[in-house]
Amino acid sequence: MQYERPETLKDAVGLLSNSKGKAFVLAGGSDLLVRMRGEYIDPDVIVDIKNVKGLDQVAKTAKGFSIGAAVPCAELGENKALKKAWPGVVEAANLIGSKQIQGRCTISGNLCNASPAADSVPALVAAGAKAVIAGPGRKRRVAVEKIVTAPGKTCLEKGELIEAIELGKQAARSGDAYLRFIPRTEMDIAVASAGVNLTLDNKGVVKSARVALGAVAPTVVLVKDAARAIIGTKLEEEALDKMALACAKACNPIDDKRGTIEFREKVSGVLAQRAAKIAYARAGGK
Amino acid sequence: MSGIAVSTTINGDEVEYLCQADETLLDVLRDRLEMTGTKEGCGTGDCGACSVMVDGRLVCSCLVLGAEVQGSTIETIEGMADGADLHPLQQKFIEHAALQCGVCTPGFLIAAKDLLERNPNPTEEEIRFGLAGNLCRCTGYDKIVRAVQDAAQEMKG
Repeated sequence: MQYERPETLKDAVGLLSNSKGKAFVLAGGSDLLVRMRGEYIDPDVIVDIKNVKGLDQVAKTAKGFSIGAAVPCAELGENKALKKAWPGVVEAANLIGSKQIQGRCTISGNLCNASPAADSVPALVAAGAKAVIAGPGRKRRVAVEKIVTAPGKTCLEKGELIEAIELGKQAARSGDAYLRFIPRTEMDIAVASAGVNLTLDNKGVVKSARVALGAVAPTVVLVKDAARAIIGTKLEEEALDKMALACAKACNPIDDKRGTIEFREKVSGVLAQRAAKIAYARAGGK
Repeated sequence: MSGIAVSTTINGDEVEYLCQADETLLDVLRDRLEMTGTKEGCGTGDCGACSVMVDGRLVCSCLVLGAEVQGSTIETIEGMADGADLHPLQQKFIEHAALQCGVCTPGFLIAAKDLLERNPNPTEEEIRFGLAGNLCRCTGYDKIVRAVQDAAQEMKG
């Protein structure tokens, strides 16, 4: 196995494109090294992107935030401006693993690992985040919900890597939130999860919303019907019930010892309701 | 032997070594540098026994490649005591009998030191959450939590 640490994006892309065998991107390594050790993968080349200029930064841009692909999740929790603008995204990112894992893991890696239960992904989808993809061709921006195509699979082509995740400026009277269900109190993988991002009008009525569910389908799902159920409301009980129903319908979960189909369908709706209430309060609604 | 040449700073000392691409930092510390204070538990980032600090971040050294830490500053359990003077956390772990077999202890001490440096006055809940990435199969955690609380008191002076 060959280990490479390019210092430019161009070199990173070149290494990934021109590799003869199986090439893997290394950012935090909290999934990659585990998969190597478990012999699920046998890389020929590892391209460590932590020394690529700019990828270790959270940049405040004219459009919002750009989170470099090598920024560890712990750093997101320490970034006051990001936490203020996107508390749901940050709380989701800070639920991944332990403090030790937080010191390494990245949201780009969480996305590319393509687990249906990835914690940061529903929050990013709800927030309308975009992935900036560098590769041999032109740079492209893809909505986060379009990246993962199946468990363990992404739409990234050979030679491509995510260089950053972009979050827009949060609109006035907006809030986001993320919740997950796990059987323990910490350090576990979601059995069901929900991310909600919403914007209110000046009367406290939900003007726009995005609802995303995790761990209840092969990929994270953006549930447009759940958003529709609460748009035009102040999250009255009837609207929240409709939303939960839409969530249950959008589920296509596995049935395993961690959660039955029925349980996941029910809990995804409950989590979405609770996350919506938190997001509503964060948006200044009463 | 051939390998990747890495220069790094470990516990204040400049250290250079050669390692293979697939060797972890944990392998390098234990097998090449004979710093066996850092323990291997699960090898997959679940137990925290191999916790070290890399550039001021608490990490599992089993999930870091030896080649990755070129130019980095690393702190391990070997650097925790000041000569014969134990760190207050080490002293309190002994006083509270916060260990039995000892395999998890270096990782707990590194993680607890990081916790107290970030939050000198943690609640019991904050300690339990902060140390959730460290598993202990002997103590049942209570003695560890009490040792950390006591050390926090002492470190505040």
